[in-house]
Amino acid sequence: MNDLARTRERRESRNRWLLLTPALVILIFAASGPLLITLVYSFLTAGDYGGIKWDFSTDAWFNVFFQRDIFDDTLSFADAHLSIFWRSVKLSLLTTLGAIVLGFPTAYFIATRPKHHRDFWMLLIMIPFWTNLLIRTFAVMELIRNEGTLNTLLMAISVIDAPLQILFSETAIIIGMLYVYLPLMVLPLYASMERLDFSLIEAGYDLYASRLAVLRRIILPLVKPGLIAGSILVFVPSLGAYVTPRVMGGGKQLMLGNLIELQFGQGRNWPLGAALSITLLAIVMVALLFYVRVAGRERGGHG
Amino acid sequence: MIEISGVSKAYGAGKARVMALNDVSVSIAQNEFFTLLGPSGCGKTTLLRVIAGFVDPTEGTVTMDDDNLLALPPHRRPVNTVFQNYALFPHLTVRQNIAFGLEMLGKPKAEITETVEEMMVLVQMDGMADRQTSQISGGQQQRVALARALAPKPKVLLLDEPLSALDFKLRKSMQIELKRLQTETGITFIFVTHDQEEALTMSDRIAVMHAGSIRQIGPPREIYDQPAERFVADFIGDTNFLPVKIITAQGSEAQVELGSGKRIAARVNKEHSDGDATTLAVRPEHARVVPEADGLMTGRLCNLVYFGTDTHYHVDLDDGIRFVVRVQNNTDMARSAAQGDRIGVTFPAGIGQVLRD
Repeated sequence: MNDLARTRERRESRNRWLLLTPALVILIFAASGPLLITLVYSFLTAGDYGGIKWDFSTDAWFNVFFQRDIFDDTLSFADAHLSIFWRSVKLSLLTTLGAIVLGFPTAYFIATRPKHHRDFWMLLIMIPFWTNLLIRTFAVMELIRNEGTLNTLLMAISVIDAPLQILFSETAIIIGMLYVYLPLMVLPLYASMERLDFSLIEAGYDLYASRLAVLRRIILPLVKPGLIAGSILVFVPSLGAYVTPRVMGGGKQLMLGNLIELQFGQGRNWPLGAALSITLLAIVMVALLFYVRVAGRERGGHG
Repeated sequence: MIEISGVSKAYGAGKARVMALNDVSVSIAQNEFFTLLGPSGCGKTTLLRVIAGFVDPTEGTVTMDDDNLLALPPHRRPVNTVFQNYALFPHLTVRQNIAFGLEMLGKPKAEITETVEEMMVLVQMDGMADRQTSQISGGQQQRVALARALAPKPKVLLLDEPLSALDFKLRKSMQIELKRLQTETGITFIFVTHDQEEALTMSDRIAVMHAGSIRQIGPPREIYDQPAERFVADFIGDTNFLPVKIITAQGSEAQVELGSGKRIAARVNKEHSDGDATTLAVRPEHARVVPEADGLMTGRLCNLVYFGTDTHYHVDLDDGIRFVVRVQNNTDMARSAAQGDRIGVTFPAGIGQVLRD
């Protein structure tokens, strides 16, 4: 009797592990493995023609933040890297902000349509999302380039005399990223707005709240989870964006993704690339921790 | 105090045009407990939402103390609503919910604190101020919703079927509670319900609505005893409908001839000319079962339904009409008749009501 129970328990335990195997394999080889390799690479020496030499070195990490002058050997901050860090964070924050400003009314509009119309509007949001990233980016480029639709139109109606130089600027990168990542903001916002009980909004009006007060005191607190999820979904990929800054920034306005690619490509400095990648990951983790802390405190405050 | 005149609300256009409200006029007095009663889809909630400001009427005017209410957006009307599902703010505590309206009105902090405490005592929720709205029961949520709507001291409180989600016992006690609150605060209550009993027990006056218009307005007793038309008689309580012929009609008195050929006095609201064929409404509890020879009408007892406090006699009259008599279980007669027996049915003169066609 006791033996039987033990055998069965052992068999069940074995079955559980067997069922978990596919997930574990993916976690180990596809998620943790590459990350571990990147971490190891960042502490090795760069090979002469790319690749790595198996000699321990902290040079890569040193070079992420500092640079040594070739001539007089003085130490200074790696201005180029730091300005790229700063630009990446700044552009990602601005993109997230822009996505909130554009995505919030969009999601609200869709959530307030009759039920059978909402799918249609969501489809319109999703169609660009299913299109190739590069093609979408080139489409935006066509819109804002000097001889593009926007400039031609503005010049035709004599608003401007010379074309606006938008392309190959930080603005262009923001516009490009905004277009690419907007659905990631609209989707979670829509999900939380669809669940919103609109009689609460009526209750707000009924209790003498103006439109602004209803938005600030009722709608915003209630859709906050969607707002936070959307912000994370937009901010994280923006920070690591590669194609959009490359195409829209014209190779002049580098972001972290481009800098990392450079080290693995022409730069032939794999350890530095690896160290920059880990730095990017760290920035994302810090941002996420901040979000979680803020969201957690809010929820804690209300029990 | 509130004057509603000629209010109509149409949805859609052309053939799909639906009249949610059709030329509704009613005036509601200061400090009145006024009930809009009717089946679902009769327009009672639409009328309430017109007063609250969430629905713009297609036609008509609504004034309060001679101010045009329709010109004001919902958040500027001195009117508060208790919503059907309470609509308590889930991200705020009980106290914050009750304080919301006062904060929006920009009242000083001290006054808000004081009023909130006062309201909590009024609805018997003191000591629960810092609970989350999800942590309290349905009945308590109901009280918080009431307190929240009463706190800004509105001139009129609108209640949209606020008791429908509560269980039977709680509903009973809240009915008494609501009436108490209305008397204590002196605020005009406009109460929407489909529950006739709720309407009869609480209201000063009832407006019975059907298909977007008001069919009858009056005190509960008048609505019950003197229904103006078939819909009202049928919707409120149980009623027997008898086809009759008017013999003579004078003022509110009429002589009518029943299907059996016998004549009896009845009440009438509207002018009828002699000889008109019309309908007489008789409440089951107003009629009696008697031996065949004494009956105003005669028939066969086809069913006896026992209800504890009373027994329902279902009688198939000779002219083919099913007539129900409700008898309190205290007479020997109740036990002497058996299914299949031929019996008589009678009711006092002047108790039947001639209905509007």
